[in-house]
Amino acid sequence: MNLLAFPIIVPLFFVVLFILISSDRWARKVAIFGGAILLALAAYLFVQVLEQDMLVLNIGGWPAPFGITLVMDVFSGLMLLTSSFIVFILSLYAQEFVQRQEVEKRFYLFFFALVMGVNGAFITGDVFNLYVWFEVMLMASFVMITLESTRHQLEGGIKYMALNLVGSFFFLAGLGLLYGKTGTLSMAHLAQLMHSNDPVAMMNLPTVLFFVAFGIKAAIFPLFFWLPSSYHTPGITVTSLFAGLLTKVGVYALIRFFTLFFVQDQAFWHSLLLILAGFTMVVGGMAASTHFETRRILSYHIISQIGYMVMGLGIYTPLAIAGAIFFTLHNMVAKTNTFLISGVINKLQGTYYLKNIGGLYRRQPFLAILFFVPAMALAGIPPLSGFFGKIMLIKAGFDSRDYLIAAVAIYTGILTLYSMVKIWNEAFLKKDPQEQTQGGSLPKARFAELLPSMLLGLASIGMGVFAAWVFDFTMEAANQLLNPSVYIQHVLNP
Amino acid sequence: MEVVLALLVGILYTAGVYMLLRRSIVKFIIGIIFMSNATNLLVFLAGGLAAGEPAFTQVTSEASKNVAADPLPQALVLTAIVIGLGIVVFTLALKFRFFQETGSDDLDQLQQTDN
Repeated sequence: MNLLAFPIIVPLFFVVLFILISSDRWARKVAIFGGAILLALAAYLFVQVLEQDMLVLNIGGWPAPFGITLVMDVFSGLMLLTSSFIVFILSLYAQEFVQRQEVEKRFYLFFFALVMGVNGAFITGDVFNLYVWFEVMLMASFVMITLESTRHQLEGGIKYMALNLVGSFFFLAGLGLLYGKTGTLSMAHLAQLMHSNDPVAMMNLPTVLFFVAFGIKAAIFPLFFWLPSSYHTPGITVTSLFAGLLTKVGVYALIRFFTLFFVQDQAFWHSLLLILAGFTMVVGGMAASTHFETRRILSYHIISQIGYMVMGLGIYTPLAIAGAIFFTLHNMVAKTNTFLISGVINKLQGTYYLKNIGGLYRRQPFLAILFFVPAMALAGIPPLSGFFGKIMLIKAGFDSRDYLIAAVAIYTGILTLYSMVKIWNEAFLKKDPQEQTQGGSLPKARFAELLPSMLLGLASIGMGVFAAWVFDFTMEAANQLLNPSVYIQHVLNP
Repeated sequence: MEVVLALLVGILYTAGVYMLLRRSIVKFIIGIIFMSNATNLLVFLAGGLAAGEPAFTQVTSEASKNVAADPLPQALVLTAIVIGLGIVVFTLALKFRFFQETGSDDLDQLQQTDN
């Protein structure tokens, strides 16, 4: 008996609790409490995984290929730990930034519903179960993106919903064909079938359907259009949550499927992944550089960074996969942090539009430092977290003679630096264009508003300073991913 | 039976994609319903059909051991239908709210958040 089902049960419990709670003051306190419990639980499970290699729980006691299995390896553990950390941080951030009374309680309810979907997707070992968690996540995110029902939100919500639903249909159709071909939906059993001496043939049709489905969720190159037209519409807490967790679940599913059982025709799939990764990086980075609204710059920037993660999967060596995982973890922390700062800036200056912002460095140097840390981490400046993720990926690219993609990755680093420097110059260094009109002393951000960014910034610095430590975990995760026999052994023959 | 169902799936996907690309949001939602049903049928069909056979049989009865219907695709489709229902209800609610806000049913009006 282990606690593996609790990352799903605990958020469900809180969802029910938020239906019952009627006072907003209590709702806020309970949300922090819930975030803290989830973080502690994820940390406990991660320690357990490190001790035992892999945690397996057969739901309802049905043995592995027949019932639904929950599986947690080091990769799931790292993702769950990082996402729970971000959930905890956002439950703190929401205290200050979800202010509209009528939406506050509903916000927390769907916040935990979404967390339940994300956690479920990270720890499930069954393809259909993954579909269900994706839908849980989608439904919660549909509601969250249209929470305040302004015109922009409804419009963004329709676009977000349309493409994500099409993605779900691709997922379900691929799942049906996969079951028709193999007769099983347990990931371990599928891996066993595909790694045997006589693998199932003609797997490319389900593979391509799954690839499109996860490609839409992860926002890779030709499929990302829903993201920049919807991510800037909801409240900043919701955007931060989506930026930190949602696309990364798509990346997680891609890495999981393409290492575990979509292993046929590798030459074709890996070159396709590399080509799309290159386009994703460059297109996202270039689109980001044309905008002057912080949330839009950062949204395009999410896409650009997804390219690095897909690149690691395309190179497909242990170092590359470890680099992709390292980069994903770093990106979840740093990307969320930049969105949090843009929320603070909006609160101070009443706008996200960079041309109307300025003078923040003089007014509040500490806020500038808080922005500087994740921005430089994203740009890949040592000794912050992004540098190590990028150098692992680029070194893996050179080692396996994929020089072109390594060059593209370095070039995209410059594009990233450009967008970050643009925000820095416009928001922090430039003189405040509103200064003449307002006069007097302008408001400053309070400690409680800055605390979440401080914690995430410390995590970014920590991941850079203790990079060797994190590197060991990601290497262990990558080795597990590239040797599916461990996974198969643990799930099918406990 | 497989051929009929396969044709039906094809027709539903065609109609669904066509409706999905119309300008009206209501037609778009109808497209979603078609696509979702086509996908459900596809899953059901890919799992293999065994006409008129029970899903669960006695282990002892040798005759029905080989032809028993597979219960798993049926369970999957049932779950998928329920999820599809929830999604359609949400899209309708969203469409209603959007209509209240703007008085418009035209997808081409949705250009404010793009650039």
